[in-house]
Amino acid sequence: MIAHLVDLVSQWVIPILIGTVILLALRRKTNIFDLFVEGAKEGVGMALRLIPFLVGILVAIGLFRDSGALELLIGGLSPLLAKLNLPPEIIPLAVMRPISGSGALAITAEIIQRDGPDSYLGRLASTMQGSTDTTLFVLTVYFGSVMIKKSRHALFAGLIGDFCGIIASALICGAVFR
Amino acid sequence: MIGYLWAAMICISILVAGLTGKIAVITPSIFSAAEQAVTLVIGLISVMTFWLGIMKLVEHSGLIEIIKVILRPVVRLLFPSIPRHHPAMNAILMNMSANLLGMGNAATPFGIKAMEEMQELNLHRERASDEMCTFLALNTSSLSLLPTTVIGLRAAAGSLNPTEIVGTTLLASACSCLAALAADRLLRRWGKF
Repeated sequence: MIAHLVDLVSQWVIPILIGTVILLALRRKTNIFDLFVEGAKEGVGMALRLIPFLVGILVAIGLFRDSGALELLIGGLSPLLAKLNLPPEIIPLAVMRPISGSGALAITAEIIQRDGPDSYLGRLASTMQGSTDTTLFVLTVYFGSVMIKKSRHALFAGLIGDFCGIIASALICGAVFR
Repeated sequence: MIGYLWAAMICISILVAGLTGKIAVITPSIFSAAEQAVTLVIGLISVMTFWLGIMKLVEHSGLIEIIKVILRPVVRLLFPSIPRHHPAMNAILMNMSANLLGMGNAATPFGIKAMEEMQELNLHRERASDEMCTFLALNTSSLSLLPTTVIGLRAAAGSLNPTEIVGTTLLASACSCLAALAADRLLRRWGKF
């Protein structure tokens, strides 16, 4: 019932938003298509300017994963994260979450497939996946788009947020689902 | 900072691959990742073009004023030095709304737009301003009311209750968001970066 409702909301939110915007804009301005094009024009250049930054960061992430360095990192962090009462099966996801969005999603999907979406691990993985965004990706794309070279403390703040999100997911799921 | 991280990731990867006899993996891995990046950007072009067009309409339709009223207290607190009628404000508001509604592919275009507008206010072109760091902290821990991707994944796997993680996710996401914002403030005051 609730699932159906949320599903309905997520299907309707974008169409309704776009419809409302267009109707409201129509009331105020006559040339709404020109306005749309004027705004849309900026999108092409903005996206293309991201190519060098994304190639750079995705190559580093890809190498880190394919070379086996990521596995070593996960292995190294496991004893530390295990002390925080994280189940061992969830640790690869916890390490991957800030580094690669598609990588983390793949691990989440795998856990959900293997243990079932309604198992404790499945619920924990779902919560962890949804609790934060991919820090490395967001940082590269957002700062790259305006050629910022000195990112100052932004990386640390993001990683601290990720860490707290992961710990909070484990604590909250432990309290709610166990 | 990101430069050192980048260099470390690549050098460590080459070293690990070399020591474990997987050095042949490196070159193909580089070019397949580079190709992925370009494919990703091609996908972004369509999304960014459409949503930035819609954003122009949101600004001219008056809807932005409604969003402003709802989110004003939060935005005032987080970005006190951005003038109220500056275009950066509109882009930040749109980005926050898209994140809250779980519209992941719309949040990125608005976020990049917000960065460009904040760069106009930035005095040092190559150094991130305080507002940019705060905005980044907000987005790396994106507070979402509806984690649509995960719900979809759970439903596809045959969950009896795909949405039961909405509450736990919201709570965990709020923790992560508050932690990132607090870290941003503290590290800024510390001033070592």
